[in-house]
Amino acid sequence: MRIVYDRDACQGHGRCYSLAPALFDSDDEGYAVVLVDGDVPVEHEQAARLAADNCPEFAIGIVE
Amino acid sequence: MTTTDKAPVADWATDFDHTHPEYAAHAPEIWDDLRERCPVAHSDRFGGIWLPTRHADVEAVARDTDHYSSEGVIASPFKPEGIAPRGYAPPITSDPPFHAEARRLLLPAFAPKAIARWEGATREACRELVDDVLAGDARVVDAAADYAQHIPVRVIAEMLGVPREDGDRFRVFIHRIMETPGEGLEGLSYEDTLDYYLNQIIESRRAAPPQDDLIGYLLEAEMEGQRLDNEHIRGTIALLIIAGIDTTWSAIGASLWHLAQHPEHRARLRAEPELVPFAVEELLRFYAPVTMARIAASEVDLGDEHVRARDWVLLPFPAANRDPEVFEDADRFVIDRQRNRHVAFGVGIHRCLGSNLARMELTVALEEWLARIPEFELADPDPTAVTWSTGQVRGPRQLPIRILDHGDPV
Repeated sequence: MRIVYDRDACQGHGRCYSLAPALFDSDDEGYAVVLVDGDVPVEHEQAARLAADNCPEFAIGIVE
Repeated sequence: MTTTDKAPVADWATDFDHTHPEYAAHAPEIWDDLRERCPVAHSDRFGGIWLPTRHADVEAVARDTDHYSSEGVIASPFKPEGIAPRGYAPPITSDPPFHAEARRLLLPAFAPKAIARWEGATREACRELVDDVLAGDARVVDAAADYAQHIPVRVIAEMLGVPREDGDRFRVFIHRIMETPGEGLEGLSYEDTLDYYLNQIIESRRAAPPQDDLIGYLLEAEMEGQRLDNEHIRGTIALLIIAGIDTTWSAIGASLWHLAQHPEHRARLRAEPELVPFAVEELLRFYAPVTMARIAASEVDLGDEHVRARDWVLLPFPAANRDPEVFEDADRFVIDRQRNRHVAFGVGIHRCLGSNLARMELTVALEEWLARIPEFELADPDPTAVTWSTGQVRGPRQLPIRILDHGDPV
């Protein structure tokens, strides 16, 4: 599973980094930063789905 | 409050008035009805105004900054014109490209890491307020007027660096601007206005040594190499006061209203604290307090309707949050909802700048209330005992609650 993050769509709602802190952080302006490069560790797959399912801007996609 | 002189609404699809007391009392039912039979309602009031109720339409307007201007965000008989791209209260009233720069100035102060430092002060304010609520013998208290209303006022006063006592004046300004826009202004002296208050503050702060607070930050801030002028600073402080207070107190009040009626949800929050973040988002979805407005910059199609240039368009985010096209069991409160793309804070470039602060305040306010007052119910079974605000921010204004002691009335 990989995360596809669209920085242009992100408006800094902050849902991803509060739901999946192992996968996302926030920058100084509150926009998301993806912490994983490549495959999502298996133990964080559920958190990745939560982050995608709660982004109001559809800025996070999951590629299985 | 002069709401009695409002003309009655015959049909919400063709003559709605979002400042009518009927709307305040029954907005969720009105949205559900309109979504089914007339997804984009229209009214000739306010010089022509539209009310989309489907998520897709609300979202489309929110994202379309080419056809819709933010120079007016509170629909009133008075329609601002020619103040774009800055508007009265940047960045909420700003259009691109000015908007992005004005917003970038404020984003760092409202990012989650910056907000975290205010959590302790918020918790302390909530504890003091609960102490006050429990101090007397009264077992019936007003959870809106005695608790919810004070929390964001104290937090924003501290962030801005103005005396806590000024909060009482903020509530007067907010009522006038948000609840009865354009009404009751005759006979109002300039010294009683938010404008005057802010001019005094800016003048005295410019004359004093710099302080490390939000007003101090704005006085020093630069946009494109230039210091902000008084008008920009005044507009931005006005925004932080107006947008940051009754929205959050409405969310806190509506959440306590919900919990007062749902002992099973109180029990689950006590037993499963890990539910709190999900419950908070569901409370925000279900009781989203904010509706924003736009002004059509040109003629534009909205759903099957044709919006004229300069018409108002309302963006009822709470209506979008209850659209069954987007949310499973949209009309049901699901305390542990996992898929929740709610738009309580808006979508697109104007996403509520204070959303992280609001979420923190709501979470802390509920935690502190529930820790000391775990069992409570509505004091009066008559639903009209709870009054809801009119206008574009929806929340309980009077919320009589009976404090129960482990299920037994004291």
